[in-house]
Amino acid sequence: MTGTVAGEEQQQMITGEQVFADTIERDQRVEPRDWMPEAYRKTMIRQIAQHAHSEIIGMQPEGEWITRAPSLRRKAILLAKVQDEAGHGLYLYSAAETLGADRGDLTRRLIEGRQKYSSIFNYPTLTFADVGVIGWLVDGAAICNQVPLCRSSYGPYARAMIRICKEESFHQRQGYELLITMMGGTAAQREMAQDAVNRWWWPSLMMFGPPDADSPNSAQSMAWKIKRHSNDELRQRFVDMSVPQAEALGVTLPDPRLRWNDDRAHYDFGTPDFAELTRVISGAGPCNDERIARRRSADEDGAWVREAAAAHAARRQEAGA
Amino acid sequence: MTDEIKHEWPLFEVFVRAKRGLNHVHVGSLRAADHEMALHHARDLYTRRNEGVSIWVVRSDDVAASGPDRKDAFFAPSGDKVYRHPTYYSIPDSVPHI
Amino acid sequence: MAFDAAYEALTDHEDDARWAYGTGFADPLAGVSTVVPPGVQRADLVAYCLMLGDDALILSHRLQQWVTRAPELEDELAIANIALDLLGQARLLLSRAGEVEGAGRDEDSLAYLRDAGEFRNVLLVERDDADFAHLVARLLVFAGWRLALLDRLTTSRDPVLAAIGAKGVKEVTYHREYAAQWVVRLGDGTAESRQRMQAAVDAVWPLVDELFRPEAVESRLVEAGVAADPAAARDEFDAIWSQVLAAATLRAPRLSSELGGAAGRRGEHTPALAGILAELQGLARSVPGGTW
Repeated sequence: MTGTVAGEEQQQMITGEQVFADTIERDQRVEPRDWMPEAYRKTMIRQIAQHAHSEIIGMQPEGEWITRAPSLRRKAILLAKVQDEAGHGLYLYSAAETLGADRGDLTRRLIEGRQKYSSIFNYPTLTFADVGVIGWLVDGAAICNQVPLCRSSYGPYARAMIRICKEESFHQRQGYELLITMMGGTAAQREMAQDAVNRWWWPSLMMFGPPDADSPNSAQSMAWKIKRHSNDELRQRFVDMSVPQAEALGVTLPDPRLRWNDDRAHYDFGTPDFAELTRVISGAGPCNDERIARRRSADEDGAWVREAAAAHAARRQEAGA
Repeated sequence: MTDEIKHEWPLFEVFVRAKRGLNHVHVGSLRAADHEMALHHARDLYTRRNEGVSIWVVRSDDVAASGPDRKDAFFAPSGDKVYRHPTYYSIPDSVPHI
Repeated sequence: MAFDAAYEALTDHEDDARWAYGTGFADPLAGVSTVVPPGVQRADLVAYCLMLGDDALILSHRLQQWVTRAPELEDELAIANIALDLLGQARLLLSRAGEVEGAGRDEDSLAYLRDAGEFRNVLLVERDDADFAHLVARLLVFAGWRLALLDRLTTSRDPVLAAIGAKGVKEVTYHREYAAQWVVRLGDGTAESRQRMQAAVDAVWPLVDELFRPEAVESRLVEAGVAADPAAARDEFDAIWSQVLAAATLRAPRLSSELGGAAGRRGEHTPALAGILAELQGLARSVPGGTW
């Protein structure tokens, strides 16, 4: 019989542990007020936050082409897409906040380099064809990663992922459609498209992370059903889906080792340069500084605006509005 | 502990009722300085695809929630009261309109 | 494959009442007659559509430049929405201009192949925004003015302009509200925000008079029941402007509202427009014959 407060707390924790383990076991959702291991909470905050940061940073490489888009229709499409990315970041920050994180704090961690974002966004967008290829390959890879996360064990994250996936399908299609149009256009446009594919193919494969053998944290994430498939599994899936899409476009993927393997019933492909992935993640990519600098200046330049709005709201509340 | 940065604006929970829906559905949260701003933000964040007809926003700290430790006491007792369901009752098929 | 099935299930949203996800997107010009009303000079109607279209196109461009620079992420969405609304209005108006002109120009040829001297926008929309206070001050002026015009256009004898007016009124109502709320928050916020907001109000004021001065083209079209008379909208604009400034605890702008000099409606622009057009048109012009 529980006689002390400490005893009751301990009882709750034991019950909580059981409930948590059962929830994971039965493929159900952990919700914000449920008991969870502290390490699970920390991992979840970090993963969701880094995903959110990726969406926000991801606005930059394509965002810089909005004002230069070569048709009004493409301009509207690109603006809507980049706007969606801001929205995705917000859905994810909102999910992280259900775990007790604070968006202002997460933003600071991003700016100070204590939390990361997807390394793919450290590459520059050199031509408008990059917009098409990012939609096709980068968003395509993101969808491969994200659809399984819709069954991730943490409820608010899974629900944010469902909403994001619904919106993401337009992102991939608009990019692919742009490439179809360009490949059916002038010689200059076809060259532009092929050049963009040459530059983005390998970085897209790296979006799935290092090979499974070099992924130490994966085991715990898989056990907690935060992560549902391994890096290599998803990378293979992405290659299998993209090859026929490339063929339909008439572009060549820059991998001489790419070939269908009858025995495996998958495409064999070359090994990405994972040393490059490490270098780019750790800050030596072409655009790392630029991406963070832009985020920092928006945050700093906006401080007086946010403070003014808060001051105004406080004053109105005092006045008994 | 390092000084933790806190966002300047409070958190709001957002509920949207869809065009063909009957009730508001919780869709997520956002930051805003006050209720007016929260409504605008909710409109921009959660209704870009022609979904909504009505938005509610509530300050997150105004939401009172039943905690998981009360889940059993709150929700289990309804589990055995099968007589509240229409399928519990056997009525001959020949009886119309029931 | 379980993976694909998960994705299929997600994209089937017809009966997923849990998620407020929409269908039923409407074409604002569906079923609207495109016949030019009798008694209207085609060249006048073309010029008028270009005026209103260029206003929206150029301001949308300025707003697009704020992407990734907004003071808060929620404002990224708000500003993008306003930019998308205005871009949509520009497309409808430029398309109408091309159609009435009948020389084979469409929305893209008009947007990308005209030079600065052929653009008919007011000077208000060319200006850069020095900070967020400048953005909302300029937007408040633009939206207040444009809402008054679009409202009058809903009864235009030109069916396309009437439809554009009806759609635009809903959009610009929201834009004006957004701008007004921010002007009030910043005016009556902190000492710093008040100073910046007052400066922004003072800076935008000299650009106001041009908005309410009808061009000869506009006057002819007002006579023909097609265009909105900008002069008639001045009092309404001033009333709302004063109301917002009062709520924002700001004083009225000190400079006279008469700028004089260049007239955007006649293709006389500031150097800022050349910069905007270089950015807007550069890529398209560098790929002649390209389809996008």
